[in-house]
Amino acid sequence: MTAALRFDPIRLPPKCEELRREVRAFLAEEIAAGTFSPFKPNREDTDVPEFSRKVGARGWIGMTWPKRYGGHERSFLERYVVTEEMRVANAPTRRFFVADRQSGPVLLKYAPEHIKADILPRICRGELCFAIGMSEPNSGSDLFAAKTRATRTDGGYLINGTKIWTSSAHIADYMIAIFRTSQPTKENRRHGLTQFLVKMKQPGIKVNPIGQITGQFEFNEVVFTDHFIPDDHVLGEIDGAWKQATSELAYERSGPERFLETYYVLTELVRAVGAKPDTRSAEGIGRLVAQLHTMRRMSVSVAGMLQAGKEPVVEASIVKDIGTVWEQQLPHRVRELAAFVEEDAGNRETLEQQLSFAIKTAPKLTIQGGTTEVLRGIIARGLGLR
Amino acid sequence: MAETENIVVETAEKIFSDLADTQTINHDKNGAWKAPLWQALTEAGLPLSWVPEDCGGSGASLADGFGVLGASGRFAIAVPLAETMLAGWLLAQAKIPSPDGEMTVAPASPKDRITLNADGTLSGRARGVPFAKQAKHIAVLAGGASGTSIALVDAAKTRIDAGLNLANDNSDAVILDRVAPLAIKPAPKGFDQNALMLMGCVARSLQIAGSLETMLDISVRYSNERVAFEKKIAKFQAVQHNLAKLAGESAAALAAATSAADAIANSTSYNDDALFLEAVGAKIRCAEAAEKGAGIAHQVHGAIGFTIEHVLHRYSLRAMSWRDDFGSETFWAVELGKLVALRGADELWPLVASR
Repeated sequence: MTAALRFDPIRLPPKCEELRREVRAFLAEEIAAGTFSPFKPNREDTDVPEFSRKVGARGWIGMTWPKRYGGHERSFLERYVVTEEMRVANAPTRRFFVADRQSGPVLLKYAPEHIKADILPRICRGELCFAIGMSEPNSGSDLFAAKTRATRTDGGYLINGTKIWTSSAHIADYMIAIFRTSQPTKENRRHGLTQFLVKMKQPGIKVNPIGQITGQFEFNEVVFTDHFIPDDHVLGEIDGAWKQATSELAYERSGPERFLETYYVLTELVRAVGAKPDTRSAEGIGRLVAQLHTMRRMSVSVAGMLQAGKEPVVEASIVKDIGTVWEQQLPHRVRELAAFVEEDAGNRETLEQQLSFAIKTAPKLTIQGGTTEVLRGIIARGLGLR
Repeated sequence: MAETENIVVETAEKIFSDLADTQTINHDKNGAWKAPLWQALTEAGLPLSWVPEDCGGSGASLADGFGVLGASGRFAIAVPLAETMLAGWLLAQAKIPSPDGEMTVAPASPKDRITLNADGTLSGRARGVPFAKQAKHIAVLAGGASGTSIALVDAAKTRIDAGLNLANDNSDAVILDRVAPLAIKPAPKGFDQNALMLMGCVARSLQIAGSLETMLDISVRYSNERVAFEKKIAKFQAVQHNLAKLAGESAAALAAATSAADAIANSTSYNDDALFLEAVGAKIRCAEAAEKGAGIAHQVHGAIGFTIEHVLHRYSLRAMSWRDDFGSETFWAVELGKLVALRGADELWPLVASR
């Protein structure tokens, strides 16, 4: 028998609902104060530093981390609730989300004590923005083909090369990147890459913004020219980044951000069709809601299994595969159904603007953070096909 | 097979693998396997899992019974086990004891109605009633002047227009023309046809999810055996990605169905928007998964999977047939869409997040 997939019917504990009310009340206040608009996912100023600090002050960044590093030692399920409520509200989480989800946990695991003590509390306060330096001009999905070199020098390393498609590099305070410290071996082509903590806005680092088809400038080219990184900024094993890169991915793959990116168009469609939709609209909405509900139940299940110390690696990849394909198709399905919306629906303009943005956003959803093709390869390996 | 949770499900799986091995029964043209299987299931008390002991059943929990239904899907069981369980459960709502033998439930579609006449007889037509032809008794839900009633009916007193589903299991029209029931009692407060349909939706969702687990399993196994172009077809990326998608559909069906089962097992009322979302959401998503999943399983198997000799059709055709019972995914999508619209745009996320 193929290893059975498990999706235990995990429910969020009651204290999560209390937290959910707090988050909703906070977001409602921020919306009322004009910090952001839940109706405008396309606004250009998605980087809102003061929002980041307010979220930090509430204790909603680094929620699961140890208290001695500024964390709050709460559960992954509580973090889940905060994440999903922020996504649904279109809150500007860009500045802290990567650090909260990915970079912080990597530092917790691999950074030396004095760096953890310095950086983690600042992440928790919402003061730091992180980027992830993986892709290069000639290595995207093929992560282990990375060529940017880290050459040994007195007290550290000199970095030369280029990272690309690096989200938020233009505003980031730090980047966690992989650089080549040795050549790959015949036995192991993944050998030779090392993970580093990079302090941004330093000599030898040039960030060039790259425009996206949505009109936004969220990702960048980052050019390193003899940029110096001290020894204590090495994260984990020299030449052994490949062992580290895969371990935390279950958290990254299965969260609510993997299916809620375009959710706003569904809300707006429901608003546009009104209380008594025609049969076709009702059917279309019903199917989308059933699909959304199922994905969320899968995603909560994975979060619960992770919280319980299990390692649902294949399940997490499946959530990301199904979730990203769904959020990519959602604006197109909504567009089809919107063809039947009355001309004078009050939110027609809002819906059209949202659709325009969501349809332009859609192509990236199955590329960023691991393409559909890579994910399906991981699932296939889990099934025993590779 | 998949990891079992408890003794009830383990018992069912043992009986299924001993007496309903798909490979064996697929070659048994006369259906000689059915009687010994049913006898073993009966001896283990499984058909009346959901009937309390004082009504003649084995008094298993809803959760245990749902586990049995998932297992019955993994074996594509083609005797009226799910139907008898549902019938016993329905009768137990009104504390009507369950008789021995095969049963089914009517109506089995949200569109059909059976009426309790003023003289105490029942009239109406229920279409697509699974295994009506094999059933000795039918548990009937009827509407009348004084509300909803639950009745036990002798199947021989009804007219049965036999039909077959895609998998050649009976799916019949049951016509009641002033039939006097063997027993009839009022349904408990708040229990109506909607409750029966939601329970039926969850049962079929679990069976579909189970059948998809097996379709994934046998498809993976086949792709690791079959050689083409001098390598196992499992090594072709196109095949790998198709199987990854099948795994995704199987996973979605499993998650939706077990979530809905958990929701019903822990709920006190059937008239609840969240429970409705769980039950019909599962039916909609499982039905979609049945189509996509069965399609991929067949594609991976190639021509051999299209033959009557191969077991794949036992799973694929049942999964696709089960979509139709207790309301199709199209029907429920319309109902769910109407509910969402009525609640309003800003109440959609709170509904989803409440689960």
